Amino acid sequence: MAEIGSFALLLALALSVYSFLAGIIALAFQKRTSSQLVGVTAGTSGIAASGEESSLITTLRQASERIGETARRAGIATFAAVLLASVVLVICAFRDDFSIAYILHHSNRDLPGPYKFAVLWSGQEGSLLFWSLLLAAYGFVLRLRYKTDPRLFAYASVVLSGVQIFFLLLLNFAAHPFAIVQGTIPADGNGLNPLLQYPEMVIHPPMLYLGYVGFTIPFAFALGALIMKYPGEKWINITRRWTMVTWAFLTCGVFLGAHWAYSVLGWGGYWGWDPVENASLMPWLTGTAFLHSVMMQEKRGMLKMWNMWLVFATFWLAILGTFLTRSGIISSVHAFAQSSIGDWFAWFLAITLIVFVFFFFKNKSHLRSEHKLESLVSRESSFLFNNLLFVLLCFTVLWGTWFPKISELVQGNKVTVGAPFYNRVAIPVALLLLILTAVGPLLAWRKTSLESLKRNFMWPTVGAVAVAVFLLITPQSWGSPFGLKPWQDISYFYSLMAIALSVLVTLTVASEFYRGGRVISKHTGQGMFASMVQLTHRNTRRYGGYIVHFGVVVVIIGFAGAAFNQDKEMEMGYGDKMTIGPYTLICRSYTDDDAPNYASEWAVLDVYKGGKQIDTMTPVRRFYKASRQTSTMPDIRSTLNEDLYLVFEGLNQDNGHPILKAHLNALVMWIWMGVWIMLIGTVLALIPNAPAPVRVPAPARLETARTAPVVTGD
Amino acid sequence: MSIRRNSLSKRGARSGKAFQAVVVSAVVFVLLGAGDPATRFSEIGHQMMCICGCNQILLECNHVGCPASDGMRNELMASLTRGDSDSLVEQGFVQKYGPTVLAAPTTKGFDRAAYIMPFAALILGFGLIVLVIRSWKNRPAPAIADGLSPVRGAELQQFRDQARKETDL
Repeated sequence: MAEIGSFALLLALALSVYSFLAGIIALAFQKRTSSQLVGVTAGTSGIAASGEESSLITTLRQASERIGETARRAGIATFAAVLLASVVLVICAFRDDFSIAYILHHSNRDLPGPYKFAVLWSGQEGSLLFWSLLLAAYGFVLRLRYKTDPRLFAYASVVLSGVQIFFLLLLNFAAHPFAIVQGTIPADGNGLNPLLQYPEMVIHPPMLYLGYVGFTIPFAFALGALIMKYPGEKWINITRRWTMVTWAFLTCGVFLGAHWAYSVLGWGGYWGWDPVENASLMPWLTGTAFLHSVMMQEKRGMLKMWNMWLVFATFWLAILGTFLTRSGIISSVHAFAQSSIGDWFAWFLAITLIVFVFFFFKNKSHLRSEHKLESLVSRESSFLFNNLLFVLLCFTVLWGTWFPKISELVQGNKVTVGAPFYNRVAIPVALLLLILTAVGPLLAWRKTSLESLKRNFMWPTVGAVAVAVFLLITPQSWGSPFGLKPWQDISYFYSLMAIALSVLVTLTVASEFYRGGRVISKHTGQGMFASMVQLTHRNTRRYGGYIVHFGVVVVIIGFAGAAFNQDKEMEMGYGDKMTIGPYTLICRSYTDDDAPNYASEWAVLDVYKGGKQIDTMTPVRRFYKASRQTSTMPDIRSTLNEDLYLVFEGLNQDNGHPILKAHLNALVMWIWMGVWIMLIGTVLALIPNAPAPVRVPAPARLETARTAPVVTGD
Repeated sequence: MSIRRNSLSKRGARSGKAFQAVVVSAVVFVLLGAGDPATRFSEIGHQMMCICGCNQILLECNHVGCPASDGMRNELMASLTRGDSDSLVEQGFVQKYGPTVLAAPTTKGFDRAAYIMPFAALILGFGLIVLVIRSWKNRPAPAIADGLSPVRGAELQQFRDQARKETDL
């Protein structure tokens, strides 16, 4: 089996190289023959020789098109070859083929089936193969859809092949997933890292990788458009949809990672500002900035250069994240992924940067646009500030991630850059961004009168202030987030601001739906809800975007709950009591168990609230036999108000009593709900618009012009 | 002229008082609740890292039998009971465990750059955007095809009102 996998990888590399080179040759010939054909027809018409020359050029052109077609097909075949290699690796995992070093190190006989499948992305070599597979799959879809714009797609295909070659070179020569074990083959494998043996592990990495890899597609289109000096904004339309899909995957991946950390690591939190977490956040931030600024290019033909850089930065940061994980240059809790392939990534980053910068400066005149702004109070300005804040947040995360290394270089000693730093620096910027999220949708393109802004903004502001005052004056005994006294702690101040601004955003979003729905209702006589549905269907992108904004504020409210978190640790024998917040926990029992893959110790706790038993919880600690590592499985009781989070930390060696840690984490469920809303909004934004039936008769002055359908703009 | 100067000086006095009020509020805001030992333990404990290699905040390290965190928590409690100031506690920990024990860079020496850079970038970016917007605003309007002239003034306002009436509340 290993030979088949190795052969498939070599074949994939050969096909990618062919696709890349043949693609370049075809495009170069097409470009040359096009200019010659123009020269012949324009300069020498009427002369006999020009006829022969023209037919020669046509023949050359046809030949180049045929070469281009073979390049496209080679790209498609690359997918088949990489898919074969991946399938072989998964089969080897299920067959417990420990002659393959990768399977030996990441699987064992008693590993449950879904985790054997997940072995494909559980270690370095496998995850690179998986990355390559996803890239080939994206390339497969792109090459099948080439008729949308054959020339642009051909350029994008060449760029994709270039990236694919890098990953296949890695797989064939630096991190071979089919490397054979030397000497005696052990009877059982070392097993999968216990932290990864959790259901979300089966979906978190694929989602994250779909996001990371997916940003290669916008980059490929952007670089292709830059190289060929693509006329118009069509490439931006094509890229935007790809970016939205990719962004949704990355959002899903980032938050699945947060949920996995929350459910498995047992420290009670979901985000630790670890370099690897930061690495996933950075492309998300620039990708989000791009999704906003791309509207400026579509609607007003502005920010062409900036968008080009944003697309590149997003792709580059996704690769940089992988570099950070693999190189070990910055210490991270994700140490299982470290290796020597960091140098390969460093070179790849350098090469892509050089290539992009070269073509940018060579063809930047093509990206010039006529920027004309009528007013500072306009949608355009809000997008500019929005982009500034997103990029600044990205810079802050990047700066914080690299600062330990920079400090070591400058002053000779490392420093830690953890949550307190990011809380101090990133939260104020994020709050500014939230203000813009509230104001932005109320601004019109070109110009907004202060009067209309005041009119649209007044009620949402009144609502937000009312909520803030209510949270301020209510007693803390009502539970979180009531009784927020900002002078007691800076975190309370941030929470109050975050909740008040979230209310502001929600009300502005609601007012947008209401206003639009009311207009349609007036014209059609439909009910308000039906009108709002119709409104959304008419401009899915705009209203889908608003739903995403609403999802973001729900997530922010969840983050704001962190200010109210409590925890308590206690050794608990039979009948011992622990009180945390409104809950009382009584230890009913503690015991152990044995399964083929792991042994476990667990406690049984009755949960009381208001003197009434409401639940029984069982936090567990597992000892995985193959890897000889322990892992906690916290038990979490989630409600809208708070999560009761119990961790079995271990046993007191003297008396055998379990030591339990209880966390009361406020509003965490809002985070996961917000993510679902964000994803629903994104899916909605991807649905094509329904045709707009509303027609407005043209005023007398414009009688000669065709009456145009009125659609709501973004 | 004198009336205007008077009103300006009144406005200046008022803004001076407002500034003082803000400063006093900020000081009260910072000092309130700062003396409580449990609050200080929680605050300082969340500014430190566990040094066992788990990369977790000291008070969030959840390893039973962790070789470091229990001892560090006891040391922290002992320092606070002695009445050591926050900076003295931090200095003691840094001397014993090295600078990586602090969960965030300090505000001294080169470490200050960690905090200055993002805000410097914010100010720079903000200034750049304002300049960009101003330059875009001052550009001449694009040329319009023959026979058409741009709608301006009252006529433009009339169209705006009409659009608002038809598409707005």
